[in-house]
Amino acid sequence: MAYFFYQTLVGQILLMLLETLAVLVPLLIGVAYLTLMERKVMAAMQRRRGPNVNGAFGLLQAFADAIKMIVKETVIPAGANRVLFLFAPFLTFSLAMAAWAVIPTGNGLAVANINVGILYLLAMSSLGVYGMLIAGWASNSRYAFLGGLRSAAQMVSYEVSIGLVIVSVLLAVGSLNLNDIVLAQRHIWFCVPMFPMFIVFFISALAETNRAPFDLPEGESELVAGFFVEYSSLAFGLFFLGEYANMILMSSMVSILFLGGWLPPLGIAPLTWIPGPLWLIFKILFCLFVFIWVRATFPRYRYDQLMRLGWKVFLPFSLLWMIGTAGFLMATGLLPHMGGVNS
Amino acid sequence: MSVLGTTLRSFLLKELAAGMVSTFRMMFQPKVTLNYPYEKGPLSHRFRGEHALRRYPNGEERCIACKLCEATCPAEAITIEAEQRDDGSRRTTRYDIDMTKCIYCGLCEEACPVDAIVEGPNYEFATETREELMYDKGKLLANGDRWESLLARRLELDAPYR
Repeated sequence: MAYFFYQTLVGQILLMLLETLAVLVPLLIGVAYLTLMERKVMAAMQRRRGPNVNGAFGLLQAFADAIKMIVKETVIPAGANRVLFLFAPFLTFSLAMAAWAVIPTGNGLAVANINVGILYLLAMSSLGVYGMLIAGWASNSRYAFLGGLRSAAQMVSYEVSIGLVIVSVLLAVGSLNLNDIVLAQRHIWFCVPMFPMFIVFFISALAETNRAPFDLPEGESELVAGFFVEYSSLAFGLFFLGEYANMILMSSMVSILFLGGWLPPLGIAPLTWIPGPLWLIFKILFCLFVFIWVRATFPRYRYDQLMRLGWKVFLPFSLLWMIGTAGFLMATGLLPHMGGVNS
Repeated sequence: MSVLGTTLRSFLLKELAAGMVSTFRMMFQPKVTLNYPYEKGPLSHRFRGEHALRRYPNGEERCIACKLCEATCPAEAITIEAEQRDDGSRRTTRYDIDMTKCIYCGLCEEACPVDAIVEGPNYEFATETREELMYDKGKLLANGDRWESLLARRLELDAPYR
């Protein structure tokens, strides 16, 4: 059996497919239930009930929504570029899924445990901008086009500070491998010594995933929608899934970079009994809860405020912090050797 | 407040944290919404809902086809045709209300000298087609039979103010 999976070509392909399914199926179910969780938590915070008719506690609501989304008619605008119009949601969705290849759910437990994992994540989330731009352009509608430009500007702005925050984490780790980043937090999670960066990263993650209070691309109370205004049915559904998958991805990035990934809070007995993947899931759930909590609390930013926060507050602050981290590590001789802490 | 103080406070996200604490606390407060199809809010006895034509206790319909309601209806939603019946009494042969036109002002009810046309407590009469909202006499009389106990009670409660 081991020979079949590791030595033969068919076995390796099959193993890869199984691994991919093992990541994607829970992810898609997670996305479906994240929408329900969002509605339930928001409802609770606004002292409403939320969906409670479909199944116990509305648990079947996620499937009802999915079926509704699938059976609707796909409308393609007359002047749209058909190929690009249909390609854009597919791109957004597949990128959100592809990024999951490098997320470690346990020690070495990733589909692809590559040495530039964090760069791969950055690249995947940066490519997400293309989905928006293509959608905005291919719709051949001025509203979608403007929405696409705004979303792209927003995502690009906040990627800069996300990048700088990641650099300060990497300085303390000395490796680009996500596995090493988690293992470097065995003694203390990075959210303690780098608390301000944790907050900056979290807020940037909100902006990066176009979530409230930075949800100008959607802005349901003032616009119909941004770049995806012409989309319907499954094409819209793919954008929707992509957005929520990105939320989970960003939550897992927060967990891995700052909350110690699959590591328990303390290395003592009752906490280490719970397996690593469960710890990661708890942390992701916590982050998602905060995403929703923030959405239920704050009003939407104005566009110029959003840009000001990104470029004039977060960028200088994270830059300063990065330089400070580098200086501190040099001065105290704590700078890790290249090649990772566990080498 | 000095500039430094304001900057520091905005950097510490004090107000944002306070807001989040407030929403978090709300999660554990009792819900303020009704679980609608199973729970309903209280209705005033003057609530003006779906129309009904009432009957006398002996089964005779109250309406005498005076057409006051038709005349007073500001939306012109009521159409009445009348004829003398075999026993010599004046009765409607047709009493239609176009519920899509009706504005639920209650003037028909006010105008009626015999308390025949009334607006009842029912507000759950949504239909799937427009045609179903063109009520005829049979439908209105059936409504009257269905809601009679409540209708009588409402008229009785409102009587001191009439």
